[in-house]
Amino acid sequence: MADPIISVTGLTVDYGDHRVLNGVNLDIERGEVMVLLGGSGSGKTTMLRHIIGLERPTAGTVRVQGVDINACSPQELKAIRRTMGVAFQESALFNSMSIEENVKLPVLELTTLADPVIDIMTYMKLAAVGLGEAAKQFPQELSGGMKKRAAVARAIALDPEILVFDEPSAGLDPIVAAGLDQVILILKRAFQMTILVVTHELASAFRIADRIAMLYQGSLIAVETKDAFRNSSNARIRQFLDSIPDPIAHSPVVQRRFRELAGLTGAK
Amino acid sequence: MNVVESVGSRVLDHLSYVGGLTMQFWAGLRHSPHTLPWIGKRGRWRTAIRQMAAIGVEALPTVAVMSLCAGFILAMQAGAELRRFGALQYVMDTVAIGFTRELGPLLTAFVVGGRSGSAFSAEIGTMVVTSEIDALRTMAVDPIEFVLAPKYVAAMITVPCLSIMSSVFGMLAGWGFMYISSKTTLAMFLRYVATSIELRDMFTGLLKSLVFATIIVNVGCMEGFRTRGGPDAVGRSATSAVVKSTFLIILADVFFTAIFYLTHKS
Repeated sequence: MADPIISVTGLTVDYGDHRVLNGVNLDIERGEVMVLLGGSGSGKTTMLRHIIGLERPTAGTVRVQGVDINACSPQELKAIRRTMGVAFQESALFNSMSIEENVKLPVLELTTLADPVIDIMTYMKLAAVGLGEAAKQFPQELSGGMKKRAAVARAIALDPEILVFDEPSAGLDPIVAAGLDQVILILKRAFQMTILVVTHELASAFRIADRIAMLYQGSLIAVETKDAFRNSSNARIRQFLDSIPDPIAHSPVVQRRFRELAGLTGAK
Repeated sequence: MNVVESVGSRVLDHLSYVGGLTMQFWAGLRHSPHTLPWIGKRGRWRTAIRQMAAIGVEALPTVAVMSLCAGFILAMQAGAELRRFGALQYVMDTVAIGFTRELGPLLTAFVVGGRSGSAFSAEIGTMVVTSEIDALRTMAVDPIEFVLAPKYVAAMITVPCLSIMSSVFGMLAGWGFMYISSKTTLAMFLRYVATSIELRDMFTGLLKSLVFATIIVNVGCMEGFRTRGGPDAVGRSATSAVVKSTFLIILADVFFTAIFYLTHKS
């Protein structure tokens, strides 16, 4: 079996006294769509930020294309980042630039291609996500779904091998969300990209995933094919799949606070 | 936490801030050539030109009005005292030297710091909050090079120009006072100014304006990059940028004025 394109080993992240990720291990194979699923606060966005090298972990390693991104030189990190495209949850488009300029930006900054070539590349990417007619518009003139697609066009501008999505369906209506999932699947087929999607939308996850990893309270509790995941008997996965809420008052934190308020413990 | 720990912690925070500011300054300086035409990155100089318009051209009316007012005030205050000694003509020296060495760069720095320093901070703070800075980093584009360097190059060109304009307007106000009080002609005023100002005075003023521009850009951008949280944090960063840059400008002014005073051979 080929080496995984992304390999996360023992990833541990603490914010102050709070442990967000607890020794997470995950291998993502070349060409697959891996969906990282989890409830709010489970640590999935934190994990994504570490995979794309925006933050340094407390412990553990993240290897992308065999390179430890927290121990490599700035030049190596730059080279790795050129092979990754990231579409952020809030799109993160530059409001002072048109959609076309947004998509052109990484090509202008990181290549010496001639302007006409860049124009053609840009238009191809915009057309691939269905925004060929919106090239001259500015982000604030677009709908939420169009902004997300523009962010995807920018993420694929340099034909990355790895494409990362943070909550692509968040805030979109089901039809637009399904359209975006369709774009993700087309990109996978057309460009043979490895795709990592962080989401909590089950419908979207089952539409696009080859495999699903689930985070719960900072630990991975499953890495399965989507069919195995759907039929899992794990209590936490079943709770997530069947949308059963946590009994809030039973949480250890709430119970402890109740005891503190009642003066039943030596709370500070 | 006892008093010693509290003081120590605050001192460490301030040292960390100054350290961060120094590192950012060097990074900005290193990346500045990438903003220049021909040798820089494609199209980056256009961003610098846009920044020059925002920092310089749009600030000129405010700088002009403030300098005219300050020049007239200085001339009136000096005139009130000097008249008693029959030395009214020294008002022209006072205004010319005062503006060239001190008030021109200082007034300009306050205007640019208030307008552009806060705007830099708000712009970058918003980019942080909306993940645009993260997007740049994941695209392997250095935010210092992309965001800060064009502002720095623009400020290094426009702030000295504005300082010169401020001195010119301040001196014109001084001439206005002299014309009203003693019918001094413009030609006579200019002769006085030419004899009272030395090259050293102009060098002092320009050097100060370059230092002030460096402080405004770096503090404004630093506060923006350090923004954490939501839209309210952007507002706090903008306020903080103005307060800190004003404070540092005054400190730098004292430092440089002291150096020039001590090295001045009369």
